[in-house]
Amino acid sequence: MEPGLLQIVMLVVARELRLAVRHWDQVVQPLIFFVVVTTLFPLAISPSLSELRNIAPGVVWVAAMLASLLSLESLFRPDVEDGTMEQWALSGQPLALLLLAKTVTHWLLTGLPLVMMAPWMGTALGLPVSVWPVLAGSLALGTATLSILGAIGAALTVAVRRGSVLLALLVLPLEMPVLIFGARAVDLATHGEAVAGPLNLLAAMLLLCLALGPFAMSAAMRVSME
Amino acid sequence: MWLWFYKLASPPYAYAIAARWRPWLLWSALILMVISAYGGLVLAPPDYQQKDAFRIMYVHVPSATLSLSVYVIMAVAAGIGLIWRIKLAHAVAAACAPIGAWFTVLALATGSIWGRPMWGTWWEWDPRLTSELIQLFLYLGYMALRSSFDDTQRADRAGAILAIVGVVNVPIVKYSVVWWNSLHQGPSISKLGAPSIASPMLWPLLLMMLAFMLYFAAVLCDRVRAEILRRERNASWLASVAAGT
Amino acid sequence: MSEFFAMGGYAGYVWSCYGLTLVILAGNLWFSRRELKAQIQRATRRNQTAETP
Repeated sequence: MEPGLLQIVMLVVARELRLAVRHWDQVVQPLIFFVVVTTLFPLAISPSLSELRNIAPGVVWVAAMLASLLSLESLFRPDVEDGTMEQWALSGQPLALLLLAKTVTHWLLTGLPLVMMAPWMGTALGLPVSVWPVLAGSLALGTATLSILGAIGAALTVAVRRGSVLLALLVLPLEMPVLIFGARAVDLATHGEAVAGPLNLLAAMLLLCLALGPFAMSAAMRVSME
Repeated sequence: MWLWFYKLASPPYAYAIAARWRPWLLWSALILMVISAYGGLVLAPPDYQQKDAFRIMYVHVPSATLSLSVYVIMAVAAGIGLIWRIKLAHAVAAACAPIGAWFTVLALATGSIWGRPMWGTWWEWDPRLTSELIQLFLYLGYMALRSSFDDTQRADRAGAILAIVGVVNVPIVKYSVVWWNSLHQGPSISKLGAPSIASPMLWPLLLMMLAFMLYFAAVLCDRVRAEILRRERNASWLASVAAGT
Repeated sequence: MSEFFAMGGYAGYVWSCYGLTLVILAGNLWFSRRELKAQIQRATRRNQTAETP
């Protein structure tokens, strides 16, 4: 019997999660990276919380963006190298959907932990507890967009030897609007201003990426696998 | 019309057309550039606010406009190449990138020089300059991706996907940067804007834009011809062309 | 005439912008022309070697 589309997505997500449990160290590395990068800023700038508070939204967001980028390189590469991806492309199932499922897992494994860790790091940088919801919410919307944009870049560079610098060069400029709106939402929240505008824009970007991203991913993957 | 389109898409025909049009495009571009530079540097009266420094506008604005529209042309060509599998369209897209990147560099450099007397600093995080900088990153990413593939066809198609994703992103970047900047608006915003400029100041600008476009088309002709030659190295029609030139 | 070149005190900025524009536009033209010439030469050479094996 042919499995339904949703079932396929669940199968892929379940497989990815099982793999992640087995290689849990690779999942934890970006998160440690996030904490380490965030720690650098007080050391580089000043230990005074009143000074750090002003740059905290930007610091947390830049660190989250880099952590998300760091885990992208291994998103598709193992599957392409061991031939799984080829089987998927030939399976007759929509490749866009399969890749989207993998991207969802990427977000579950890097985006979601970042969302949960960011408030603690924000507090360490002097952000008041009242901005936690906005910080977590903006990161939840933003990191999902970053995962999709990053997956397009990862699919484009998967065949390129040592493509990690190239991946950063391709993906970071595309991600800049997310950074602008995300960090600004947190900044506005710390000053007690309305944050609906940037959050709505982040949500709009996520929807746009969700709608168009998978097709770009599968087109890029087919080029990479030729 | 369609017949002509198909004919144009064939490399030998496009090669011949590019060779024939190039001198006309180049010379009209040069003539228009001289006229509009005269108009902009001599005939236009000094701006009441910026005095003579506003004359930088006549090189800055056209290069900034071209940096954006060349990217759009590149993405459209790449899209045509991807959908209808027209090799020539990919050649055009590949030829656009370096020209567009140089226009972007020019816009950034002249914008920065213009900023020195106007803002008092060489660099200001002004929305236009910032989005111009991101535009440069997009061009560099496209060229870096292309050059990382040895196989031209793969480079074409991977580059095309990136160009299309990029062109969807360009309006979002523009909007986000403007919005980002409007939150901490400095005194600089209105200075570079040109609200209702008088016609002796305006016509050299429009003419200069036209001249830049013609110049772009002329350089594109050369680059497309080089691209065609690189791609069609084994085609039989090349023998006659190579013998003729 | 010297007044024209002085550009109301902005000479350095205005002329460096126009100079830079000239350099970049001319350089672009020259580079692409050279690239085309090189490609034509390569094509010709390939043809000659193909005809006289």
